[in-house]
Amino acid sequence: MIDKRVATMAEAMAGIRDGSVVLIGGFGDVGQPDALIEGLIAQGATNLTVVANNAGRGRTGLAHLMELGRVRRIVCSFPRSRGSVVFEELYSAGRIELEIVPQGTLAERLRAAGAGIPAFFTPTAVGTRLADGKEERAFDGRPHILEYALPGDVALVEAWRADRFGNLIYRESARNFNPVMAMAARLTIVQVQHLAELGTLDPEAIATPGIFVDRVLHVPYAQAKG
Amino acid sequence: MAGFSRPEIAARVARDIPEGWYVNLGIGIPTLIADYVPPGREVIFHSENGVLGIGPAPSPEAVDPWLINAGKQHVTLRPGGAFVHHADSFAIIRGGHLDLCVLGAFEVAENGDLANWATGRNDAASAVGGAMDLAVGARRLWVAMEHTTKEGTARLVGRCSYPLTAPGAVSRIYTSLAVIDVTPQGFSVIETAPGVDFDTLQRHTAARLIPPE
Repeated sequence: MIDKRVATMAEAMAGIRDGSVVLIGGFGDVGQPDALIEGLIAQGATNLTVVANNAGRGRTGLAHLMELGRVRRIVCSFPRSRGSVVFEELYSAGRIELEIVPQGTLAERLRAAGAGIPAFFTPTAVGTRLADGKEERAFDGRPHILEYALPGDVALVEAWRADRFGNLIYRESARNFNPVMAMAARLTIVQVQHLAELGTLDPEAIATPGIFVDRVLHVPYAQAKG
Repeated sequence: MAGFSRPEIAARVARDIPEGWYVNLGIGIPTLIADYVPPGREVIFHSENGVLGIGPAPSPEAVDPWLINAGKQHVTLRPGGAFVHHADSFAIIRGGHLDLCVLGAFEVAENGDLANWATGRNDAASAVGGAMDLAVGARRLWVAMEHTTKEGTARLVGRCSYPLTAPGAVSRIYTSLAVIDVTPQGFSVIETAPGVDFDTLQRHTAARLIPPE
């Protein structure tokens, strides 16, 4: 029987190694796998590269992982935002490396990794400092820069409903980066609010089929978060 | 000096958005624009985090914690709305499917260069978000902003002094003082705000303006 459900956080986090590239879903707080981030903190892997749209907020979750000195490098589109205090402290102290990526290029680099495309050309960021050092080539007279796929060793994903095959349905704007990150990592770990019997998820509504998913941990919230 | 207030700038932009357009609105004055599109005119608002059909802010008791816009504010979904994942959301942007994007700016140059994400070479950790994708990908890029900084420094310039978001991207600018097109000849004034004459406008602009016909 195929069963990707795991019973404990320790099982969900098993085998994540030091030095891993960890893709973390979510946009702001919505669709962010908070419980799995806490699980990663407890699991202990360090020297991580984190790929996430934002660089953490407050002192919990991703910000806490960073504050513990476990993140060597962060790849994101929006490092500096209201409440990104830990990032600011680490960055100004030279204790974290930063790669800023335009949000669409970030999403596409993840998608490319999941789709077996090693690199692609895009006009985004041409003529800006984010194009510094990148190969440039014109298509139809328009300059483009070369961007590389961004695969992860691990993806931490949040979903609304899942079955034991790992088929996922998301809720509203909590979908965001989660499906592309699920595609882009060798080990995709999902926290899900509701477990469903196999066959009860509408196949037309499944946004991430279980082929992209390795482990599913049931993490019901006491109440919806936002 | 008279001129448009921030809501009036937004209302002025809204007047020029026809029915049927798919539109992405940036943070700041652009976000206000949606409130000024008449309810009977069907314009579909897109947000980078994968929402098509964004509606107005909910009342506090009707907040849906799963539904936010790119500014991370709670929003509603209009009938006919849809959710997509981030790569598809940016395929909408980068694939040239949006009719219009309206962004705020620090500076716009007379050749259409946009600077709206970083304030200096030393500011290495600036948040770019989706600005570079929107500036390059939308079919039209308009800017809505105050005409000058709080200190009175011009934002419409010959060449941007801040790091670029995209070269040659802006086609129209709505400010507190005027509506201005970016043309091959430079900034071309379409109209001035009530109580603002051309000479006043030129004094607050660091590039040559072409007067309205």
